[in-house]
Amino acid sequence: MFKTPDGKEIFVLDGHTHFWDGSPENQANVHGKQFIDCFYAYHTNLSPAEELWEKAKFEKYTEDDIYRDLFVDGPDDMAIIQSTYLRDFYKNGFSSIERSSTMAARHPERFIVNGSFDPRDGEKALEYIHYMKENFDIQGVKMYTAEWNGDSKGWALNDPSAYKCFELCDKLGIRNIHVHKGPTIIPLSKDAFDVHDVDHAATDFQNLNWIIEHVGLPRLDDFCWIATQETNVYGGLAVALPFIHARPRYFGEVIAELLFWIGEDKLLFGSDYAIWTPQWLVEKFWDFQIPEDIAQERGVQLTDEIKEKILGLNAARLYNVDVERKKAELAGAPVQIAAE
Amino acid sequence: MLVDTLKTELELEVWERLDLVPDPELDEPITDMGFVEAVEVCDAKTVTVEFRLPTYWCSPNFAFLMALGIRKEVMSLPWVAKATVQLNDHCFGDEVNEGVNSGRNYNAVFAQYCDGADLDEVEEKFAAKAFDRRQETVLLGVRELGHSPEDIVAMTLGRLQRIEFRGEEELRQKPRYLELLTARGLAVRPDDLAFPDWNGDPIEAEALAEHLGRLRSTRINMEFNGAMCRGLAKTRYKEVKIGPDGPTLIDFVAGRVPPREGSAARS
Repeated sequence: MFKTPDGKEIFVLDGHTHFWDGSPENQANVHGKQFIDCFYAYHTNLSPAEELWEKAKFEKYTEDDIYRDLFVDGPDDMAIIQSTYLRDFYKNGFSSIERSSTMAARHPERFIVNGSFDPRDGEKALEYIHYMKENFDIQGVKMYTAEWNGDSKGWALNDPSAYKCFELCDKLGIRNIHVHKGPTIIPLSKDAFDVHDVDHAATDFQNLNWIIEHVGLPRLDDFCWIATQETNVYGGLAVALPFIHARPRYFGEVIAELLFWIGEDKLLFGSDYAIWTPQWLVEKFWDFQIPEDIAQERGVQLTDEIKEKILGLNAARLYNVDVERKKAELAGAPVQIAAE
Repeated sequence: MLVDTLKTELELEVWERLDLVPDPELDEPITDMGFVEAVEVCDAKTVTVEFRLPTYWCSPNFAFLMALGIRKEVMSLPWVAKATVQLNDHCFGDEVNEGVNSGRNYNAVFAQYCDGADLDEVEEKFAAKAFDRRQETVLLGVRELGHSPEDIVAMTLGRLQRIEFRGEEELRQKPRYLELLTARGLAVRPDDLAFPDWNGDPIEAEALAEHLGRLRSTRINMEFNGAMCRGLAKTRYKEVKIGPDGPTLIDFVAGRVPPREGSAARS
């Protein structure tokens, strides 16, 4: 729960968080080390100095850490945990649905745990989707198109094998497809961050919600164009939002573009925890105003009502969370101070 | 042994050539982005250039393009007989270094990783974005000077060439815009339109605002990525230590990143 300076309570559903193990013990090779190092560079580059973590904690934090940072010290009411396996880089996976669900089981009222699959696994991917639905009743999945899998160094959402998986998701009612467009490598003749596959998949699977994390960055311009044309495409603000501290004017330009092209009903807050913690992000976001010249140029405003939608109401709609009911439930079970 | 002053002088010449190599995604010189880490001239004819990108995962095709650009620019110096390019700490580094230093031509190097395709599509996509970004700066500069939409869309290359800007960004981007117009054959003669779109079509006066809106999106994305890349390049290899005064960011491997030789004299 975030309390505004004038006392209003804002429901916060953090749409993009992780419970990972990037520690050296779990790294399978240099790629595993470089993956968590890259995350750490994002953390050190964009966090306020007082929010910086030491490397060892960043590589592997505890169940108590995540609960405290999100719900006790942080303003989140609920958080969506995304799964990212990276089996070619990490011995036990970077973050798996099993490990995240075990953690989340201590506070089931707070967490939504999403699964993940790799369409290149063929039949096994389909079996795994069934397994996740039956055992964890998932409502969403996180897709990472830049994941390595043997000789393959990336895939696209409109690959035929991916379509088979999305057909099954549709059938099983797994409706929220979060997409992270990382850098694919082969073929070199294509833009590694190309987002046009989103256009095809969103058109062909109208029943599914396509939440493009990091609002398509580093292809924000291409993403805005696609999202404008598709009613079922959403943008997750993780990675764009931390600029609010280091480069507030850039953030103003980005959020103005997003409001202009995509609209206030289709943007989702995400801290990307543990890359960033939600407390300072939400505080700064609530205080933020789009600089006057930018707002005028684009004809948009970031009002309190819009901020409330972005911080929680939009994601609640996608995940069928009844906000008033959830507020009452959480008020009856206040945040517990995690045992140290 | 090469005399130190001569060595420094030759290295400065190399740095100047490297200013001409752009990051294709950002349309900024790689030197400006801080990607080039070391330039070494050995015996007045052998050059080694080391570069490092902001992350291990930066687009390999752009890494390739930058490596090939470095090699081409360095080899264009008349005294250079051999140039070696080294990309450090990158997920595709071995392939890039082998490819660029193999002496094989550009297309042959790429073909093996693209099922025989070439880089035209991706190069074209980013050339278009670079064009849009340069054009937006010049268009906004012209509008700032009080020209109406009707006047702007009818402006000829000759007239644009005579306009004198004062703003720093306009001064920087105008020659780069003109260069791209000519190189692509979009405007060559003095009476050609100065502001066609990337396809060479004229812009209608009433469509100028919409056109500028699109260019704006391209520019914001490129600026955002540029800021991200600069930031990541700075924090790569740094770690946080939490002391009595709170967290501080320090170089955790002192001396890991080689100093930029000649850079002090240059800047």
